[in-house]
Amino acid sequence: MLEMLQYDFMVKALIVGLLVALCSALLGVSLVLKRFSMIGDGLSHVGFGALALGAALGLAPLSVAVPVIVIAALILLKISSNAKIKGDAAIALVSSSALAIGTIILSKTTGTTDVNSYMFGSIMAINDEDLILSVIYSVIVIALFIFFYNKIFAVTFDEGFSKATGVKVGAYNTIIATLTALTVAVGMRIMGALLISSLIIFPALTSMRVFKSFRAVTICSAVVSCISYITGITLTFYLDFPAGPSVVIVNLGVFIIFTLVGIITGKRK
Amino acid sequence: MSSFLIECKDLTIGYEGVPVVKDLSFSVGEGDYLCIVGENGSGKSTLMKTLLGLKHQTKGEIIFGGGLKQTQIGYLPQQTVAQKDFPATVREVVLSGFLGKKGLLPFYTKAEKEKCRHNMELMGITELAKKSYRDLSGGQQQRVLLARALCATEKLLLLDEPVSGLDPMVTAKMYEIIDSLNKNQGITVIMISHDLQGALKYGNKILHMESGEYFFGTTGDYRRTDIFHEMSTCQCNCDCDHHTGAIKTEGGDVNA
Ligand SMILES: Nc1ncnc2c1ncn2[C@@H]1O[C@H](COP(=O)(O)OP(=O)(O)O)[C@@H](O)[C@H]1O
Ligand SMILES: [Mg+2]
Repeated sequence: MLEMLQYDFMVKALIVGLLVALCSALLGVSLVLKRFSMIGDGLSHVGFGALALGAALGLAPLSVAVPVIVIAALILLKISSNAKIKGDAAIALVSSSALAIGTIILSKTTGTTDVNSYMFGSIMAINDEDLILSVIYSVIVIALFIFFYNKIFAVTFDEGFSKATGVKVGAYNTIIATLTALTVAVGMRIMGALLISSLIIFPALTSMRVFKSFRAVTICSAVVSCISYITGITLTFYLDFPAGPSVVIVNLGVFIIFTLVGIITGKRK
Repeated sequence: MSSFLIECKDLTIGYEGVPVVKDLSFSVGEGDYLCIVGENGSGKSTLMKTLLGLKHQTKGEIIFGGGLKQTQIGYLPQQTVAQKDFPATVREVVLSGFLGKKGLLPFYTKAEKEKCRHNMELMGITELAKKSYRDLSGGQQQRVLLARALCATEKLLLLDEPVSGLDPMVTAKMYEIIDSLNKNQGITVIMISHDLQGALKYGNKILHMESGEYFFGTTGDYRRTDIFHEMSTCQCNCDCDHHTGAIKTEGGDVNA
């Protein structure tokens, strides 16, 4: 563990990764319950396209990715809250188009070897500028999440009642979508475009196997996500596993354990 | 009659162009207890959602008076189908009733937690506070949502079938609580109900909705209408005899 920390890139990967793991776990609970987890998936593919474009134009990756993903998040939110459009199909359309555009841009500019690192993540990917921006964005996400926690619960649990009693449901949905966009943008390089959404979905699903209050599920998700990330990144360092997949594998393991615990404690009741 | 809280004029509401409610006009004054009755599918829930701004009318207008703000309204939806696996405790759900009026303030105050405790006690769900909402029976969930509605209520309380699914004991208590809110705290009540007996006993106004045909007036006037007689005999034919007795005696009271 300590040996890992002697490397500069590992320290960066740990700091950024832990912050992303925390942010995505917090937001994940609401996204999963709102059936919005597809949005996270769609955003990561849009982010892939944006990163590729940024790289081709020689711009700092986050400076292109953040605005593009935030705008995409607002559009996807609009699509999925419109009953007339088939939301999941529309998101799939946007995802695959962004993926295709990004891959073509990469193959024509920096070469296809980069595709692998963009898709599945790399712990070497964080430079100093990314580090600072990532920390700033993550702290904003966490602070806003805590500040709006009760409202996020309310609009997740019962949008109709919330709206009827004067909660600004549209504004809070926009906040959730924007925070998700920031989290995806920050986490994409380490986790990879294909796997970042699992960081959003897994911890929430895992915690819901065992805990029954919104607060307990939120806290447990945060803890599970951070522990899974540290474990995954340690596997990456010592066994040379690719970063994103090893974090996902650890998350899967914890999910299975929690499911078993949930079945056992559920039966005893 | 100048202090209307809500006034609806020629309201038409529909889904995808098909009208469900047509040219409906009625008004609710401050301190009123309006009961909305009528057959299934006549648009009662739709009307309530429109009053709450959850749905837009296709025609007509709704005017709010008395400085009524959205954040002063409590609402009990008709049996929300709670997501099967939603993690939320009873207390978390009840407390969320306060959020509308909190604006940007992030956390619950001591006073709000105290009022939440009080409302849970009123509904007899204090010992369920830490239980998971999804594991409760239908009747228990109904009481939780009523407690949440009470937390939100300052001026107006809208209830969509509050007593369906409750046992007779709890139903009686529920009517008492709502009645006391109305009489003692001046809360205006709008209640959708299939319990004609309860509606006539506690309400002071009735809105009867049937496809394309409406009655709006005081409970006294309502008893003298043809729709009422049809409705009460119909209710008696299909089940019990206690309706017959109760409605007749009460009808007698009014006429006397
Ligand atoms: N979301 C919806 N989309 C389309 N039609 C609906 C919707 N909700 C209700 N309706 C229709 O509107 C009519 C009135 O429904 P509702 O207001 O729930 O009646 P009530 O509460 O009086 O039983 C019904 O015919 C129902 O089928
Ligand atoms: Mg209804």
